Amino acid sequence: MTALLSIERVSKRFRGLVAVDSVSFAVPQGAIFAVIGPNGAGKTTLFNMIAGAIPPDSGTISFAGEEITGLTPDAVCRRGIARTFQLVRPFPALSVEDNVIVGALLHRHDVGAARSQAQELLRRFDLFDRRYQQASSLTLPDRKRLEVVRALATEPKLLLLDEVVAGLRPTEVDRLVAVLRELNRDSGLTILLIEHVMRAVMALASRVLVLDHGVAIAEGEPREVVRDPAVVQSYLGQSEVNVWAV
Amino acid sequence: MSFAVYLNVAVAGILTGLVYGLMALGLSVIFGVVRVVNFAHGEMMSMAMYVAVLLFAAFHLDPLIMLVPIAAVMFVFGYLLQASLINPFITRPEHSQFLLVVAIALIIVNTLLIIFGPDAQTIQTSYAYDSFQLGPEIVDASKAYAAAAAIVVTAALFAFFRFTLFGKAIRACADNYTGALVVGLDVKRFYALTFGIGAACVGAAGTMLALIVDVTPMLGPAYTLLAFVIVITGGLGSMAGALVGGVLIGLTEAIAGLLFTPSAKSMFSFGILVLVLLLRPQGILGKRSA
Amino acid sequence: MIARLADGAARRSLWLLAAVFAALVIAPWAVNDYLLTVMIVALYLAYTGQAWNIMMGFAGQLSLGNALYAGLGAYVAATLFTRYGVAPWLGLLAAIPVAVACAAIIGFLAFRFGVAGVYFAILTIAFAEFARVGFDHFDFVHASAGLFLPVAQYTHDDLWRLRGNPTMFYYVMLAATAFAFLLSRALLRGRIGYFWLAIREDEQAARAAGIDTFRCKMLALMISAAVTSFAGVFYAFFYNNLFPEQVFNISQSIEMILGPIIGGIGTLFGPVLGAFVLTGMAESVTSIMSALGFDLPGAKQVFYGICLLLVVVALPEGIWPPLARRFGIDKAKQ
Repeated sequence: MTALLSIERVSKRFRGLVAVDSVSFAVPQGAIFAVIGPNGAGKTTLFNMIAGAIPPDSGTISFAGEEITGLTPDAVCRRGIARTFQLVRPFPALSVEDNVIVGALLHRHDVGAARSQAQELLRRFDLFDRRYQQASSLTLPDRKRLEVVRALATEPKLLLLDEVVAGLRPTEVDRLVAVLRELNRDSGLTILLIEHVMRAVMALASRVLVLDHGVAIAEGEPREVVRDPAVVQSYLGQSEVNVWAV
Repeated sequence: MSFAVYLNVAVAGILTGLVYGLMALGLSVIFGVVRVVNFAHGEMMSMAMYVAVLLFAAFHLDPLIMLVPIAAVMFVFGYLLQASLINPFITRPEHSQFLLVVAIALIIVNTLLIIFGPDAQTIQTSYAYDSFQLGPEIVDASKAYAAAAAIVVTAALFAFFRFTLFGKAIRACADNYTGALVVGLDVKRFYALTFGIGAACVGAAGTMLALIVDVTPMLGPAYTLLAFVIVITGGLGSMAGALVGGVLIGLTEAIAGLLFTPSAKSMFSFGILVLVLLLRPQGILGKRSA
Repeated sequence: MIARLADGAARRSLWLLAAVFAALVIAPWAVNDYLLTVMIVALYLAYTGQAWNIMMGFAGQLSLGNALYAGLGAYVAATLFTRYGVAPWLGLLAAIPVAVACAAIIGFLAFRFGVAGVYFAILTIAFAEFARVGFDHFDFVHASAGLFLPVAQYTHDDLWRLRGNPTMFYYVMLAATAFAFLLSRALLRGRIGYFWLAIREDEQAARAAGIDTFRCKMLALMISAAVTSFAGVFYAFFYNNLFPEQVFNISQSIEMILGPIIGGIGTLFGPVLGAFVLTGMAESVTSIMSALGFDLPGAKQVFYGICLLLVVVALPEGIWPPLARRFGIDKAKQ
């Protein structure tokens, strides 16, 4: 399977701290790839570099065969990478529908067409009934879903999800996981996600990368990775039971 | 023009610049701690200037003697303003706060206009036309005294921030707002105190400036903009930067007034503002990004 | 929010709009000359307020220097008229590019270098002040002595040269305000409107959604400048005299923003409503004061300051949104 996203020896330091240290990996087309690791491991920094929010100090990032290192966030999005934020950021004063229309307008110039697409997506994600509500009045799980829908409206080839199930109840986690799996299966959407909730990681990911202190310490299929002693040591803890707890 | 003329103008500019520095220091302190962009800064200063003019006209009290009382009055004014109007606005969006102070500035300027009229008022002290002669240098006595007062006040302020507990607490609030909260500092009260200190600075600076310039209500907005140019040039959040900026702007303004027309000197200052915003937005001595 | 009102609400707002417009059209027959002039001022503020609203209400860029574009428009058109006999409508064709070019420069400098929020506002003030002092020394346009247009006899209305009765000026301004309203509405409902609102709400998230925020902000700035420049042309030919001290003054910029702030930033009706409320109140205050024998220069400005203060403190979203809710016109916005 060809690599849709290629990260090659990407590094970033902030003053004295090395946040990401020469990390390399490849995300195959159509895969769901998870990046896990303890807090402060550099996961969001890695995401921000892929999404163009901050430029890497060294290394290259390639997407669909083209180098995208150092592109601005909007350029990256236009190339086909959409992202969500760890601290969810919908457009607060706009309605749910309008939030998604903003995303849909990236590739559709007609507002009416964008609206139809938005409504279709909202229906799929169970937000259609609340489409006229102001985004700021939604519950946290709904706002997270809204952000995902908005990102999907930009018709990405790769979706970056930053801790998208954090703070959700188990049933909500399962629901979101199911929708994401469906999207991946039906439309071939490649997903790269940062996640702490192992329940979601095990259910979704076909490959996992583990970061610790900016360094990639393991990569592979989920079942292998969670048994890797280095991973257990640094992140998951001694008991196997932890892997299945939420 | 001869070198002596340039030198005279330059020195005059530097002396005035020291007073500007004190004014800008007030703004820097307010912004650094309370994070309010005090667009009423120059207007507050013109309030102090008019008080100085009034007191001189009524009782012939030299402004330099009135320095401390006027600064004290301005302190109270600033404290009350922050405590009553501005503190509740801390959580509001930035442009709301800004428009609030713009409104205050508007009210101050025009109230002064109504009370005092548009004509210029001056303070003619006994030494108004005196000057010192140092070789080829001729220095206005008023400017010299004003600058000396500015240096004294500024030094006192620096000492306050460095050596007193209050001063350190205020610097703590400025450096790390959340940290200060966590440590239990009553932030709102400190904000009010700081605004008061900033207002006192401006009160002192205004009293000194009243010695040097003609006082009109329109000075308020002009000095507000000048204060911003100075603070941004010198570096936001840097007290030393405010002084350096003040002297620099005083100097360039004076020279520009000499080379071009005096009335166009503010254009020069704005040019500097634009350049600084573009090329070195953190200013000469600035540390963090606003 | 922007696009679709529930059917009832859409019809109600349409009726309201029609009623207001009809009233404005027949107004000149119903009011005396003094009131007509007051209404012209109100329309002027409604027009410039809507132009500012595009920048601030839609795109979220706080400008306190819009007087710059009006001033440029005024001076370009007036100079072309007095020196070369160029009619104001042609002069407008020259004024707009000048204003837009200035806006482009300001926007480029600000947005490329990350000057945002309050610092952007200060930058706009600085540019307007720069123009004020600059034009005060610009002898080609008579500098601080002022530029005067020849005042013709009001024997007939000359629309082409904008010479004539106040009534003619009234209808010109009314048409302009209507144009600005329709323009705002079209922009808001279009693709750019959505992008602007996204930028206003959260610029970083907007970029992550693929929006070229630099280009969109520049567009807002330039459109606002272009629209405002016509106000300047109008100003020159209505008042027939221009002084840099007045035309580029920050108080002009502040007057322009009071309407939208009082009426409701970001709404369509807000700027118009706010302009009329503000002008109405200001004139009442001035009338009462002169009736009482006070002739205070600056009283009106103090009044403006107090209004601004009250609205910012007590009515942050302006007068229109709560009213709209009363009329049942509201949805998540408008």
